[in-house]
Amino acid sequence: MASSISITVEVDGVSYTDDVEPRLLLVQHLRERLGKTGTLIGCDTTNCGACTVHLDGVSVKSCTMFAVQADGHQVITIEGMAQNGKLAPLQEAFHQCHALQCGFCTPGMIMQSASLLKENPHPTESEIREGLEGNLCRCTGYQNIVAAVKSVADGVQYDDSGVSVSPSMLEDNSETAGVS
Amino acid sequence: MTATATPRPEVGTARLRKEDAHLITGRSRFTDNMVLPGMLHLAMVRSPFAHAKITAIDVSAAQASPGVMAVLTGADVAAEQGSLPNAWPVTPDQKAPSHPSIAVEEVAFAGEIVAVVIARSVAAARDAVELVDVDYDELPVVMDLEEAATDKVLAHTSLESNKSATWVFDSAEAGTGTAIAEALANSDVVVERTLYQQRLIPAFMEPRSTVVDPTGEQITMWSATQIPHILRLMLALTLGIPESKVRVIAPDVGGGFGGKLQVTPEEVITLLAARRMGKPCKFTETRSESLQVAHHGRAQVQRLKIGATKDGIVTGLHVDLLADMGAYLGLITSGIPVLGAFMYNSIYKFPAYHFECHNIFTNKAWTDAYRGAGRPEATFAIERMMDELAGELGMDPLELREKNWIKHTEFPFTTVAGLEYDTGNYEAATEKALGLFGYDELRAEQQRRRESGATVQLGIGISTFTEMCGLAPSRVLGALNYAAGGWEHAQVRVLPTGNVEVVTGSSAHGQGHETAWSQLVADRLGVPFENVEVLHGDTQVSQRGLDTYGSRSLTVGGMAVLAAADKVIEKAKTIAAHMMEASEQDLEFANGSFTVRGTETSTSFGEIAFAAFSAHNLPDGMEPNLDSEATFDPANFSYPHGTHLAAMEVDTETGQVTVLKYVCVDDIGVVVNPMIVEGQVHGGLAQGIAQALYEEAVYDDAGTLVSGSFVDYLVPGAPDLPHYITARTETPATSNQLGAKGVGEAGTIASTPAIVNGVLDAIRHLGVKDIKMPCTPSRVWHALQEAKTTGGVQ
Repeated sequence: MASSISITVEVDGVSYTDDVEPRLLLVQHLRERLGKTGTLIGCDTTNCGACTVHLDGVSVKSCTMFAVQADGHQVITIEGMAQNGKLAPLQEAFHQCHALQCGFCTPGMIMQSASLLKENPHPTESEIREGLEGNLCRCTGYQNIVAAVKSVADGVQYDDSGVSVSPSMLEDNSETAGVS
Repeated sequence: MTATATPRPEVGTARLRKEDAHLITGRSRFTDNMVLPGMLHLAMVRSPFAHAKITAIDVSAAQASPGVMAVLTGADVAAEQGSLPNAWPVTPDQKAPSHPSIAVEEVAFAGEIVAVVIARSVAAARDAVELVDVDYDELPVVMDLEEAATDKVLAHTSLESNKSATWVFDSAEAGTGTAIAEALANSDVVVERTLYQQRLIPAFMEPRSTVVDPTGEQITMWSATQIPHILRLMLALTLGIPESKVRVIAPDVGGGFGGKLQVTPEEVITLLAARRMGKPCKFTETRSESLQVAHHGRAQVQRLKIGATKDGIVTGLHVDLLADMGAYLGLITSGIPVLGAFMYNSIYKFPAYHFECHNIFTNKAWTDAYRGAGRPEATFAIERMMDELAGELGMDPLELREKNWIKHTEFPFTTVAGLEYDTGNYEAATEKALGLFGYDELRAEQQRRRESGATVQLGIGISTFTEMCGLAPSRVLGALNYAAGGWEHAQVRVLPTGNVEVVTGSSAHGQGHETAWSQLVADRLGVPFENVEVLHGDTQVSQRGLDTYGSRSLTVGGMAVLAAADKVIEKAKTIAAHMMEASEQDLEFANGSFTVRGTETSTSFGEIAFAAFSAHNLPDGMEPNLDSEATFDPANFSYPHGTHLAAMEVDTETGQVTVLKYVCVDDIGVVVNPMIVEGQVHGGLAQGIAQALYEEAVYDDAGTLVSGSFVDYLVPGAPDLPHYITARTETPATSNQLGAKGVGEAGTIASTPAIVNGVLDAIRHLGVKDIKMPCTPSRVWHALQEAKTTGGVQ
């Protein structure tokens, strides 16, 4: 085994210093050393995006960089998105729009969506779809994920009725629905 | 009647999901997140060859590798590992090879496990895998299904034939219809086609993972499974452990789609390793391993003949299938094509029907349930054939369907396959779909493009489908030789505070049972939605269950929940009558309170719950609790149906296919949560469209899976899929008290033929009659070129 290297990474607002093997992936460091198991591993070829986090505010797939490359950098994971017990707008929108089923792709989807909206605050539907190209979901067929991202871009405010008000949920909304 | 307003019923409300809070904040409990004291990690040594004799295994270098605790081969566990179960011997003479979790003498597909490394870290285990030295003598492989059926090369040296079983249904023999040979002979037109169901990979997003803790009195397994109850039983039967000594927990499970309806070698090996080491062990597969060895789906050759009169009345259907089992029979591998047998006649009134399937071994990963399991294959075949027949007759494919389908006035209807369809209205769903789609306008646009010779042609794909859901009536399963029943169990427990715990045998992995079951119970008991807690996926909490697959959870599991809730109400009524010194017959129950009819005297569910807990003043002989349980076994399947329409653009210069518009109208009976239903339909459509356009498990001639990563196996992303336009019609099912039919598989079953029919409709006039799935640009382009050079003869 190669000798360890000491790294310091700020993750979700806390600074961690650890000795790591050079070959350790960032996602393994997050999950196995720091206990940040909210970030998930769905593939081994950088295709699925389940492991997406923010590195210095930009989305990266944490399976595609080594932990040592994050030395001195700031990482935000899904676990750092809610602030003071209040969900981030995308987290709320994913809930309201039924943009998740099994929830495995969700952390990565939310992190990528946040990055997408930061780059393009008012994307069209097709820009959202293109922007999420690197994140796979097997449950939702994407339509409600796109709706959730769009609702945040549009500044939709949700009530606390516990009932979905997203237009895509209403029966027979379909007559007015568009075509991709 | 009380004057107070009745709260809005929960059933029918788009309740946001209870499941979401922990999943959107990263507080998930997927199996791979689990860490236990002293836990060891497993990595598998897998055969690179598709068929070979194992002649020697040298583990010494791996054993000496840093961090390695043990290396086990098949020989090391031969006495204890047993043979992995097949629960569906479809015929009495079904043939199957022995199926050890770790191969002992012979491997029959690439990826089969030959040894396991147990180490202190995943990295150490994987490093050591490279050091295990296995000597193989390669054997001939048989990869092609049609070639395998000839027995020229055998997939297993231990078997004399690649044929596992032949299963036959014949309407004349069954007394459900006339004889097929005669029917076809007397037809004006007979269309004969061979269609191919490519091999698919379920590709759930969470790779499979298993943790086993052997400490304490019980062995506890956490696993990414759809079937904790069946898994527990099968582990006990396979390994000879008393069932009571095994506890299985399915924590958060990241999708399944049938792919986690299995008893896997990895689960058995992790248990054996943990038991041997006396320490918790974990195995999590990589995505590449998952694609290679987690069971595949579909993989059939469908040889079909359909006869009709010249004015379009179908006279009979003959189906002859080759079904690729892969190298072994998994839990229900052999039964998948049999499940399809009852669906080839679909919504139509066929006088004669013959079905036979030949289950064949090849040197590939074994197949088993994948979303729809047999029914998508059947629906694809018949909906493709109806279009082919319409083309042959020069008839609008919709008109042909209308002429042959069961009219809504004809229910209940016993089909030529022997099922009794209880309810449905194909006319209503179709009419609604046509309106949303703009059928006439799109046909006119299609005509314009044809006449102008436009580069991008337009096609309309139709799929009017039905399926059998709510698997399943236990008697029917018994008649089909399936080893278990199809009932489901539930418990409703009332806590002293009046909060309610619902224990369900269904095992959700994304479907939203916690939310939907809460809605059911909130309405039935008149308690707030928030006061209901749904517990599932742990055999120690939910001691009886048959788990989640086959669109069965609501129609079977949900009905068990309602039946248990009804028993709670009966118990509560006795206590309420005692408390109010009234006769039980004079009480009415509404909105969570018992009221003495005609008076203001009432007592609430919460008061009764506390009275049952304190037990200070209960009727004589009454046991002090309200808890109840029920097991529901449906008398019939449920039959969701719908009409799906796809407008497909085909670029005749590049072969590029685009979904211009997709409309589906589904009739799934009574809906508990329209939001969840919508999500199930969307996800189903995505997987059905994926079969039509994108996905295929491809092997090379030597038996290596070429599409072995997400780089090569094309799970569609957001830009690859259209916006779906969805709507519903509703004819309640009669096979359960709610009238629900099930929705988990509808989208997947219906959409594949709609898309392919649409592609072919766009270019049929150019001479193209078939394109193998997935309809990639390359295949479409080649089909167009071939049609050009051969003048349209396929």
